[in-house]
Amino acid sequence: MTRFGQSLIQGLGNGSIYALLALGFVIIYKSTLVISFAQPALMVAGATMVVFLTGSFGLPFFAAVPVAMLLTALLGLIVERSALRPMVGKPVFVVAIITIGVDITIRVVVNRFLGNTIRNFTSPWGLDTLRVGDVFVQQRFLAMMLTTAVVVAALFAFFKYSRTGLAMRATAFDQETALAQGISVGMVFALSWAIAGALAALAGTFVGTGGSIDQQTWIIALKALPAIIIGGLDSVGGAVIGGLVVGVIEALVGTYQPTAAPWLGNNFAVVSPYVVLLIVLLLRPYGLFGTPEVERV
Amino acid sequence: MTALLTDRGGRGSRPRGRPELYTSYSSDIALLNTPAKRAGVLAIVAAAFALPFAVSDQVLVLLGTGLAMSVGAIGLNIVTGYAGQVSLGHAFFVGLGAYTAAVLSGDPDGRLVGFGLPMVVWLPAAGLVAGAAGLLVAPLATRLRGLYLAIVTLGLVFLGEHVFREWDSVTGGPGVGRDAVQASLFGNSLTAGGAVLSGAQKVYLFALVVLIAAAVPARNLARSGVGRAFAAVRDRDIAAEVIGVSLTKAKLLAFTISSFYAGICGALLYTITRTVEPNSFNLLLSVRFIAMVLIGGAATISGSIMGAMFVTLLPRFTQQVPRFVPFIGQGVTGGGLLTNVELEAMLYGLLIIAFLIFEPRGLFGVWLRVRNYWKGWPFSY
Repeated sequence: MTRFGQSLIQGLGNGSIYALLALGFVIIYKSTLVISFAQPALMVAGATMVVFLTGSFGLPFFAAVPVAMLLTALLGLIVERSALRPMVGKPVFVVAIITIGVDITIRVVVNRFLGNTIRNFTSPWGLDTLRVGDVFVQQRFLAMMLTTAVVVAALFAFFKYSRTGLAMRATAFDQETALAQGISVGMVFALSWAIAGALAALAGTFVGTGGSIDQQTWIIALKALPAIIIGGLDSVGGAVIGGLVVGVIEALVGTYQPTAAPWLGNNFAVVSPYVVLLIVLLLRPYGLFGTPEVERV
Repeated sequence: MTALLTDRGGRGSRPRGRPELYTSYSSDIALLNTPAKRAGVLAIVAAAFALPFAVSDQVLVLLGTGLAMSVGAIGLNIVTGYAGQVSLGHAFFVGLGAYTAAVLSGDPDGRLVGFGLPMVVWLPAAGLVAGAAGLLVAPLATRLRGLYLAIVTLGLVFLGEHVFREWDSVTGGPGVGRDAVQASLFGNSLTAGGAVLSGAQKVYLFALVVLIAAAVPARNLARSGVGRAFAAVRDRDIAAEVIGVSLTKAKLLAFTISSFYAGICGALLYTITRTVEPNSFNLLLSVRFIAMVLIGGAATISGSIMGAMFVTLLPRFTQQVPRFVPFIGQGVTGGGLLTNVELEAMLYGLLIIAFLIFEPRGLFGVWLRVRNYWKGWPFSY
């Protein structure tokens, strides 16, 4: 039971990282109908900024994170304006491939800053634990869950109650009609990239807390892809649930697979989300909460 | 009038000096439908066969790798360019082909599983095993569309990488790898140097022959009914179904053929490179194939070859850059603003973006522009 509780907490913690990333993917997808493969690069860019802001500039952690989020949001804006805006109206596949190009380019620059070393991450939690009953809970996982809950609540409120959020929902519903109502669709595109950038930076920070980041960290962000597909590409709530599901499955498989099914090999946990992805898609081609595409001819 | 319509060797009659006036359907859809194309292709093939005797072995190995990659790029172009099904899983099928060939040709008494079979067995088998895997994956493609499919195939790469890493008895495990394909034809090794030809020359010629044997059927497929069905599925799947194209059949076929080519590519690639390392079949390789297709030109066979050559030769050029540009450093740890390795990675990204924004038809489109300029000369249209 202790093992189960511990891996559940770990899964929910890591799952909230995936949820943040998945939210970014979904927000971009809903407004522009494009999957941004540049998300991993934005994530490591944000994490690297935190490393340098706390290290070289000596900012306290809680100041560095918002600054990094703002800067990454700015990076998202630049990417959207320079690489994505010229492609409005082109096939989505082409635009998705462009984001792969953007991802590679940004990561080269980020890797230049990171160098070949492993960068230690200073965070207020480190690897400190908290004892609940007989379960040792790492504080960082609690921090991740709490922050993600707050951010998700804030985002939902923003979409539901603010004028800009309403504009974003209208654009997601029908771009032309939104344009006819006086909504600046270009602004919505830019804003969704900025939000996705900020979320990615936050996720990157959490990836680093209690550990370190290096040139391979970006691969973690790809686990948000099973999360959005499981949840459904166009469902904001689905992204959060998908992220948590992926995190929990990964943690549980990591705990039990080595003893229960050793024939699956070492580190099977890392790829287990993709197995779940295949199964879910075979049963429900549009994910658990996605809206099926209806084609009219 | 009859004097104008002189028959030219049974290829359908056409007036002299009017290379683009077709008087029969068969001459319109012919493989080499203009005299200029006939002469051009012949010249390129002849030059390609003469090349091993003109350049150094080191360059030949690189060019041979490019030829092998071309086979894979043609495969990806069939499924992504012609049939419009985005696949990020190409690296997985390339890996399957490489391991099938390595296992079948491998030393039976060696450290790892091997059967010591001849090339007539392992080369087709590499294609068939990968093709069969493609057939298994294809049902996903019939259920999913667009970006959903892209992400699923991406998952495939990760799962494949895991299997390759963990199946030690076949792949040798990460960081160790296994000896690659042992290629021999009628008892002559295709990779070791002989009395007449060096190893690099032999392996280059082998790759060239396989590429031609792969490219011609692909081109034929593209201009046949199957190819037109693929294009219909790509352009509008519902309309394709309405005019009687079976979506399931077209997608199954596209995936199977594409994976077959990927398998051949894997076998060929690791005939040239001497070891297979399980970590090399990763997402990066898939993205490289996508880059080849997009830089070369989607839905063109010659474009696939151009793109594959371009992407394979790119590192060779970026290696030279540090000599001429002061702020570019050499090697992984070199100084300067960027190293040549980073420059290369960045160029991939930037080239993909630039081609998609400025020349969506890729290198093939560049060639069309050049050709049309000279065709229209001195007019600009």
